[in-house]
Amino acid sequence: MATDFQSASGLKRVRGLGSARSGAHHWWLQRVTAAGNLVLLIWFVASVLMLPNLSHSGVTAWIAQPLVAVPLILLIFSTFWHARLGVQVMIEDYVHAEGLKLLAFIALNFFILAAGAVATFSVLAIAFGA
Amino acid sequence: MADSRPLSPHLSIWKWRVHMATSIFHRISGNALVFAGLTLFAWWLAAAATSKEAYASFAAVADSPIGWIVWVGLSWMFFQHLMSGIRHLIMDSGWGYALGTSKMTATWVFVGAILLTAAFWAVFFFGPGLR
Repeated sequence: MATDFQSASGLKRVRGLGSARSGAHHWWLQRVTAAGNLVLLIWFVASVLMLPNLSHSGVTAWIAQPLVAVPLILLIFSTFWHARLGVQVMIEDYVHAEGLKLLAFIALNFFILAAGAVATFSVLAIAFGA
Repeated sequence: MADSRPLSPHLSIWKWRVHMATSIFHRISGNALVFAGLTLFAWWLAAAATSKEAYASFAAVADSPIGWIVWVGLSWMFFQHLMSGIRHLIMDSGWGYALGTSKMTATWVFVGAILLTAAFWAVFFFGPGLR
């Protein structure tokens, strides 16, 4: 009997119907990235408000500095990661059809990785003077 | 089989209260920040990295009437999400669940978000930086 229960819960997990055993980790990362966002976005908003202007030359010269490019990349990682975790929870709450939910997760991951990669590469390109 | 499982949240059972408004606005503002905010942020960086011309076309959209509506809306969504996010972190510590306290902090989320948005634009237009 014990083996039957074992395989039943195993099958449930394959079908995505049981606990994925990653809920606490997801919850914790949401908080860690929230703290990261808090610190980095206060820095970002305050820094942008202190810029003399938002012209192309002004903005690229600002981003090219190491102590701007590095926190900016950290900000991209923290915000995009936080965004992915948050939108995932929304999809889990509202989309109950398995196929559609899977497609929504894939679309979300593609969007986050694509936009995050574009943002990260752009900061590096400016910083390395491409 | 999957349909018989209990589902959460109960989307049809609710009543307008400032606490529930804080909760749903956390989700609305979060999604606005992801799909409008992060997209525009990535476009801004990509345009800056690409060329002066690419940056000019971003700036033309950003400086249009619709662009300004988006910036004001996003700044409000940003401070709303920031305030309710801080409320979430405080409540994670176990504080603020009493009904009166919860209502008070939820009210301050909305008031604080509007005050911070106003302060942001005041500094933007009249502060030491930006023109």
